[in-house]
Amino acid sequence: MVVVSRTPVPPFLEFLEANRAPVYRLLLVAVGPLEADDCFQETFIAALRAYPRLDNGERLDRWILRIASRKAIDHHRGRGRRPAPVAEVPDRATPATDPTPDDELWGAVGSLPPRQRVAVVHRHVFDLSYADIAELMGTSQETARANVSQGVKKLREMM
Amino acid sequence: MNPKDLKHLADRAGAEQASRAAAAAIPDLAVANELLDVAIADLGSPIGRLLVAVTRRGLVRVGFENEDRDELLADLAERISPRILESRSATDDVRRELDEYFERERTDFDVPVDRRLIHGIARDVLVQTSRITFGRTSTYGEIAKKIGQPTAVRAVGRALGSNPIPIVIPCHRVIGASGKLTGYAGGLDRKIALLELEGSIL
Repeated sequence: MVVVSRTPVPPFLEFLEANRAPVYRLLLVAVGPLEADDCFQETFIAALRAYPRLDNGERLDRWILRIASRKAIDHHRGRGRRPAPVAEVPDRATPATDPTPDDELWGAVGSLPPRQRVAVVHRHVFDLSYADIAELMGTSQETARANVSQGVKKLREMM
Repeated sequence: MNPKDLKHLADRAGAEQASRAAAAAIPDLAVANELLDVAIADLGSPIGRLLVAVTRRGLVRVGFENEDRDELLADLAERISPRILESRSATDDVRRELDEYFERERTDFDVPVDRRLIHGIARDVLVQTSRITFGRTSTYGEIAKKIGQPTAVRAVGRALGSNPIPIVIPCHRVIGASGKLTGYAGGLDRKIALLELEGSIL
């Protein structure tokens, strides 16, 4: 007989505190500053909805990043049906100051297709392996690798 | 460009602080979506910081400062639900009534109580205990008699010691037959302070 030890599911407030920073970092770069709060809330409310059904408290950091990745991609899809946001990146026509390097970076990363954008963030902000990216985004490793390399290629062309 | 440039973009945009603000909005959203099973909050009192836990049914737990907070929350997660968040709004009534009690503006509590953590003989014991009014005391023996088990004095003591909702279920009002105050989950000093507040001892 195999004895399976079970990690208790932590109180949600501890889970939220432990994961809020990485989830926000992911979403901030993956959907942009204007949409990050909405996506963050959708992510944690979805997690809270599913929370009582969890039977094991292990690897919840992976679990929430998986939800957040899905929300980031869905969010872009939803946005495609709405008018494009006016200024995810500070409008370059109006400010008196020259755009900063960060503004240009936001502009470039903001123009990537959603899956490539999320994959690039996993790879280059969080240093995840392609196996991890594949798991978080529900794809094969080949697809994960292709999403990252195509995204990076576009970034290089733009900057 | 170097894709490594992306690494600190989020930090420069204030991700840490923004994540705090975004997380602080979650409890109210949870309440609005009816997803909060246990709301907790801390409040200051003359006998130290108190933790209160409230479910949809009512006040389910009051914790003293000397209790291990992580253990207490883990216990609530295990026995009630892991959907636990800090919420000022969902604990408003309880906090207000406790404040009034400590200000001597209130002698009994109106907030509903959730007794789901109370089992077995403790149910009867704590029902009887709830009937001891502000400013009065009773003894373990009297409670044992009232629940129809006059010899179960020790069991009564254990049941009182396991009271998950101290202060509101006033187990501090039960003392030894000789007038000795005996034990208290929050420590004897807190029991004395509560009995002094109620004018039961000088």
